Amino acid sequence: MSYVPNTPDDKKRLSRSLPADLFADIPAKIRSNKEIKLPPPLSEPELLEELCAQSEKNIISTNFLGAGSYNHFVPSVVKHIVSRSEFYTAYTPYQAEMSQGILQAIYEYQTMICELTGMEAANASMYDGATAMAEAARLACRATGRKEIVVSPAVHPEYRKTLKTYANGGGLTVRVDEKRAISNETACLILQQPNFFGCIEEVAGLADKVHANRSLFIVSADPISLGLLKAPGDYGADIVVGEGQSLGNPQSFGGPALGIFAVSKKYLRQIPGRVVGQTTDADGKRGFCLTLQTREQHIRREKAASNICSNEALVALAATVYLSVMGRQGLRKVAELCLQKANYLKKKLKDRLVFSCPSFKEFVIKTDRPVGLDLSQFYPEMKNYRLICVTELTKKQDLDYFSSSI
Amino acid sequence: MIPKELKYSQDHEWVKVDGKVVTIGITHHAQDQLGDIVYVELPQIGEEYNAHDEFGVVESVKSVSSLFCPVSGKVVEANGELANSAQLVNEDPYGKAWMIKVEMVDPSELDNLLSAEDYKKLVS
Repeated sequence: MSYVPNTPDDKKRLSRSLPADLFADIPAKIRSNKEIKLPPPLSEPELLEELCAQSEKNIISTNFLGAGSYNHFVPSVVKHIVSRSEFYTAYTPYQAEMSQGILQAIYEYQTMICELTGMEAANASMYDGATAMAEAARLACRATGRKEIVVSPAVHPEYRKTLKTYANGGGLTVRVDEKRAISNETACLILQQPNFFGCIEEVAGLADKVHANRSLFIVSADPISLGLLKAPGDYGADIVVGEGQSLGNPQSFGGPALGIFAVSKKYLRQIPGRVVGQTTDADGKRGFCLTLQTREQHIRREKAASNICSNEALVALAATVYLSVMGRQGLRKVAELCLQKANYLKKKLKDRLVFSCPSFKEFVIKTDRPVGLDLSQFYPEMKNYRLICVTELTKKQDLDYFSSSI
Repeated sequence: MIPKELKYSQDHEWVKVDGKVVTIGITHHAQDQLGDIVYVELPQIGEEYNAHDEFGVVESVKSVSSLFCPVSGKVVEANGELANSAQLVNEDPYGKAWMIKVEMVDPSELDNLLSAEDYKKLVS
């Protein structure tokens, strides 16, 4: 926060501009007439000293929480770029001639998301991973003319809740099925990779089975894991969604988030939300503009692909800067560190492991200690099951302390 | 640009009758009103429609319009060429840009369609 000094003259001018009955709307009986006891004003250096002293009371501790929001390293360049006013004050770029910078940034974002997911087209982003997944299911229902959505119970429980809300409005049904059974009513099968319990799902041959049934295969992927794991597009996914917060964005007590949404070319005209395209201007120079807008509600009205026309442009920009700074090798390194550190702890806790599956950066242990995420809040039968997350930022001494103290 | 041998719907589709099978497209007037067509979405073979059901969409640079099936029946053929060459709708609406062929369930529905002369009145 900035230190904003004000002079007696400033105060006078401020109070002159205030109406006399500023508090008239608040009933007199609930107003406090006592003087609020505050310490006297401080100068900037005094204030700095005071706040530093206060901040020393903070306990900086490590946590092992993940479950969709992750503590990954954010290079400082990300903050510098997204803090430029050209970007953070930019309004939705309807007017291409005014908005080349933000349009190009979104275009680059879409390109990187396509490369990361192995898909052919991506949108300009959505609110978060959960709504992206729900929109993917709606796309599948539109494209197939079917109304049943089959989802694995190992998909994030809060994502499934969002999916249910979306389905309810559209007259669609959601079936949670561990066996992933599909029928000729099924519009799509949704998996999370790695799944909510951190397990890497076996996907060999799955896409063929889903496609033979004329259904769509939707994968909700952790983008950091794609530094190591096969891109979902390479094992037959029709739509890839995911939470992009991990890419250059802090956890910030839970938001803002970033919904990743990418499809194969076949479903290009069914994409929800904004899409930026590359074009040429009147002089033949390269330029960018919003494209395929006929899917959107301001043109297609009630037949629009979605009522979403917002995106998370600034968060997507952070993801773009992150990916461009890390590069292919950097992202791979982050993923490797997550994998190695998580597996280091996993080995030490092998007697407590619940699943024997290969995992990436999360895994489930059995313990009555309050560590990680309590899974019984989502799965009542999982009493004393805790979801543990380790990222590249978790230090070795913390891992050792964890395993020795549990 | 209103061929005499065809029949027409109020929604600007043309219909060419060949026994029980009709070929359907959109008229010169329709493509002219829509402007540059960039995309045509057609149904799968085997889809069944009642008269006036939507069977697809045409997309121009700034609008999307529904295509309505003038008669009831089953789609027996769809023009795959249009997926990659939507501009054919502008260039040759009565020829290369035919859209679907439908096997009729009730040929008497043809009586509800407009003659070339009536359609001319509609669009003039």
